[in-house]
Amino acid sequence: MPEVLKAPLVVEFPFTRSLGPVQSAFLTGLRERVVLGVRTTDGRTLVPPVEYDPVTADELRDLVEVAPTGTVTTWAWNHAPRRGQPLDTPFAWVLVRLDGADTALLHALDVPGPDAVRTGARVRIRWAAERSGAITDIACFEPYDGEPVRPGGSTGEFADPVTGIVAAARLDYTYTPGRAQTAYLDALAEHRAVGERCPSCRKVYVPPRGACPTCGVATTERVEVGPGGTVTTFCIVNIKAKNLDIEVPYVYAHIALDGADLALHGRIGGIPYDQVRMGLRVEPVWTPGARHPDHYRPTGEPDADYDTYKELL
Amino acid sequence: MTREIAVVAFAQTDTLRTTEEHSEVEMLMPVLHAVLDQTGLKTADIGFTCSGSSDYLAGRAFSFTLALDGVGAWPPISESHVEMDGAWALYEAWTKLLTGDADTALVYSYGKSSPGSLRDVLTRQLDPYYVAPLWPDSVALAALQAQALIDAGDTDEPALAAIAARCRATDNPHAQLRGEVPHGDYRVRPLRTGDCPPIGDGAAAVILAAGERARELCPRPAWIRGIDHRIEAHSLGVRDLTDSPSTRLAAERAGAFELPHGLKGMGGTPTVDTAELHAPFTAQEVVLRKALGLGDEVRVNPSGGALAANPMMAAGLTRIGEAAARIHRGESDRALAHATSGPCLQQNLVAVLEGDPR
Amino acid sequence: MSKEPVAVVGIGQTKHVAARRDVSVAGLVREAACRALDDAELTWADIDAVVIGKAPDFFEGVMMPELYLADALGAVGKPMLRVHTAGSVGGSTALVAAGLVAARVHGTVLTLAFEKQSESNAMWGLSLPIPFQQPLLAGAGGFFAPHVRAYMRRSGAPDTVGSLVAYKDRRNALKNPYAHLHEHDITLEKVQASPMLWDPIRYSETCPSSDGACAMILTDRAGAARAPRPPAWMLGGAMRSEPTLFAGKDAVSPQAGRDCAADVYRQAGIADPRREIDAVEMYVPFSWYEPMWLENLGFADEGEGWKLTESGVTELDGDLPVNMSGGVLSTNPIGASGMIRFAEAALQARGQAGEHQVERAGKVLGHAYGGGSQFFSMWLVGARPPES
Repeated sequence: MPEVLKAPLVVEFPFTRSLGPVQSAFLTGLRERVVLGVRTTDGRTLVPPVEYDPVTADELRDLVEVAPTGTVTTWAWNHAPRRGQPLDTPFAWVLVRLDGADTALLHALDVPGPDAVRTGARVRIRWAAERSGAITDIACFEPYDGEPVRPGGSTGEFADPVTGIVAAARLDYTYTPGRAQTAYLDALAEHRAVGERCPSCRKVYVPPRGACPTCGVATTERVEVGPGGTVTTFCIVNIKAKNLDIEVPYVYAHIALDGADLALHGRIGGIPYDQVRMGLRVEPVWTPGARHPDHYRPTGEPDADYDTYKELL
Repeated sequence: MTREIAVVAFAQTDTLRTTEEHSEVEMLMPVLHAVLDQTGLKTADIGFTCSGSSDYLAGRAFSFTLALDGVGAWPPISESHVEMDGAWALYEAWTKLLTGDADTALVYSYGKSSPGSLRDVLTRQLDPYYVAPLWPDSVALAALQAQALIDAGDTDEPALAAIAARCRATDNPHAQLRGEVPHGDYRVRPLRTGDCPPIGDGAAAVILAAGERARELCPRPAWIRGIDHRIEAHSLGVRDLTDSPSTRLAAERAGAFELPHGLKGMGGTPTVDTAELHAPFTAQEVVLRKALGLGDEVRVNPSGGALAANPMMAAGLTRIGEAAARIHRGESDRALAHATSGPCLQQNLVAVLEGDPR
Repeated sequence: MSKEPVAVVGIGQTKHVAARRDVSVAGLVREAACRALDDAELTWADIDAVVIGKAPDFFEGVMMPELYLADALGAVGKPMLRVHTAGSVGGSTALVAAGLVAARVHGTVLTLAFEKQSESNAMWGLSLPIPFQQPLLAGAGGFFAPHVRAYMRRSGAPDTVGSLVAYKDRRNALKNPYAHLHEHDITLEKVQASPMLWDPIRYSETCPSSDGACAMILTDRAGAARAPRPPAWMLGGAMRSEPTLFAGKDAVSPQAGRDCAADVYRQAGIADPRREIDAVEMYVPFSWYEPMWLENLGFADEGEGWKLTESGVTELDGDLPVNMSGGVLSTNPIGASGMIRFAEAALQARGQAGEHQVERAGKVLGHAYGGGSQFFSMWLVGARPPES
């Protein structure tokens, strides 16, 4: 078996999250070192405050301040912190019921080891030095052996409230294209377009995707196609995409390579963009080191007759 | 009179730590062929198709559209997709058959966990404002649940180790982890490596059929006597992590606590002889057994359950398939199958399956 | 056993806008759900199950967001299903919910679809990089523009037809308070002078990117009998899928779309859709898709759809009004767009569409499609219950 193709795939975006009134008040409060809960219609206090009652589905808006001290309701020892977690030294994950609250909040507890934490342990918030209005304004919890701290009387009114957060999220994947596409990509490296024929309907797929999509069976018989082909249809792209290094305008075309039963997609060059037409005969232009043809250019042959490619549209 | 609907075929891949030489459709397609072959049906004979998968596992939007290539959806098919475990795809297909719009359904699901870091990926399903920014991983959340159970006196570490050992003593040839597996070091205390499911890639497929069609396609259909699913509040801090009221309610609605079909009024019979529970972590089996009131006379997870193989998005459907297959083989007369989704058993589905009397 | 008839007794939408910065994702869906409940004069306790749909999770960066939304939608202790069938998802979600009622699994179901596109960027969400693939395009317009060109070639339609659709839909949107785009100074000349983005598609012939949610309450005969306002009745509904790309695919008029429509018409006893159906809410993200879908759905012969558009048949006061609400061209929270089509069809059948209500709305089609023109979902709703 040939070596498996692999490449890193990073999915990353700074999501902009608007908060709504309850979450806005809670996170603004954290910025001001104030912890807010929300009171339910039956008198429970939920911390962190949620917008909607998990039991009754009522909309909740009645904010009330609770203490920055509380009690561990369960814990788990995390000896190997992972990227993005609150502390980069070993810590305990804890659910903490703050004094004055009826529900528990998830966060980290900074203690030297698992023997220093137990359910029922008393803890208090350690505030982050720099706070912006985010759950990470609580740096973590730390052990506390004093009296419950009396909460202030905030009801969630703050100057300059935080109305949104930016939640950057990055996930790292390793992409592998699979057997059929790997074979196609390997052939491309030699500047050859090699598709696969369906054993059932005999259609040739370029690029092959591992299965004949109409028959639902594996395609295996390899068939070299092209290099020439016909533009079946196209559009002229006039807007520059941020992540694309292609000057506009350019022509994005569906190209049926000779011998293929499905058009692939490519860019047309070597001809003014406004002279590209359906039926234009083209061939690939390779640049050194690139896996894909840079673009396709006219061969100079007469245009293909519409009837010869209309089934490939 | 509601329609009788049965699981008539089940197939699954081996679950593997990585399937990097195969695309999703290449991994899935053999299972689709296998399940169709069991019944002699072709795609064109199937009345409804439904699948379950997740874009976040693949790291690509619309990943399920390429998997459809493996079905052979031509001429066009009546088809739907849930961004959930395949057990819920089966539920959707079951309702489709109930309406009479279709007599047979193909249900499949698949998941490749190997491309990403599953513990990190799953943090993205948590409350995006208060929780996800802390990146608490799936093992950490399960560990919080396990500690709550230990504190409540419901289990202890040796009991959890015994669950892991029992599950992995399975003879299931598709399992990723079986036999003598050391219980290992703490991953997130109190959970050790052995308390956690293996991370793997896999796929599963089931065929459903209604009434006489089911009898034609399978010598001993696994009749779905009831199926129901329920969700709980999302936040861990508002839930009792030692219990699973949604599982209990779904089981009630699915008739799990009623007497077997045809035995009403006879009394005294255990309600199920087998239970396939989707408990990725050992402690979660404790929670589920308690919620379902399962006694020692019930065979729990003879397949090894999710502790032996946990292909994301397919592990729940596999529980239904495994329970049905035991009925097909005459190894069970009445089985309960369970699937879960979300952190710490937030959402649960229960199906009760029965074979015809022997 | 016959199916239980399904009635729409509650409809709710948010005011669709580019960015709803005043609410969380939960707040957005909650607003649509509460409006649907209010319309039906029901409470959370009356809802037996919730069926929710949206397009890719990457748009908001929340994996399986229904887990987090369970509380906001009153779903705790109830069944909750999450559907994802690409752009058709809003329609498919409604059909899955309708199936629960039709199968008599539940009496009353809340169904909802949403997208909060301002949390990320649609261009990013639709064009995540894939290693080893040559990046050629960004966004959906470039994907669909070559198919539009193929339609123009095949039908011989004059190249002004696309602008007529855009001009009509944007004017219709002015009569719909929930529509995203309200271009009060729109003129045909402005549409035709707008820049070509993906030639032959102009800027004004493309859909916006919206934050929005749409919800419906579906119920059985007993529920409909209790409804405070006239229900819309489902007369037929179907989904059809075909592969993304395959040899022989007709990207201009996909077979799956034709088959899906035929199934709906069969269920509803429609022999001649052009004569028997009064109005259509169809999924037109780029204006040329109106004539294309008119043909695909059987309202015009192949190559003739543009003539209906050009002759004014699809205008609000025409013989077959299309996208009375302003359509996807005026409002596009991607995952919700299909459900908005279904809900707007039901609003018309109920006579509740306000300023954009058409006079004759006895039978109205709601239509959605997605992926590479491969996933279709449709329903036909009417003012009278199905005959059985």
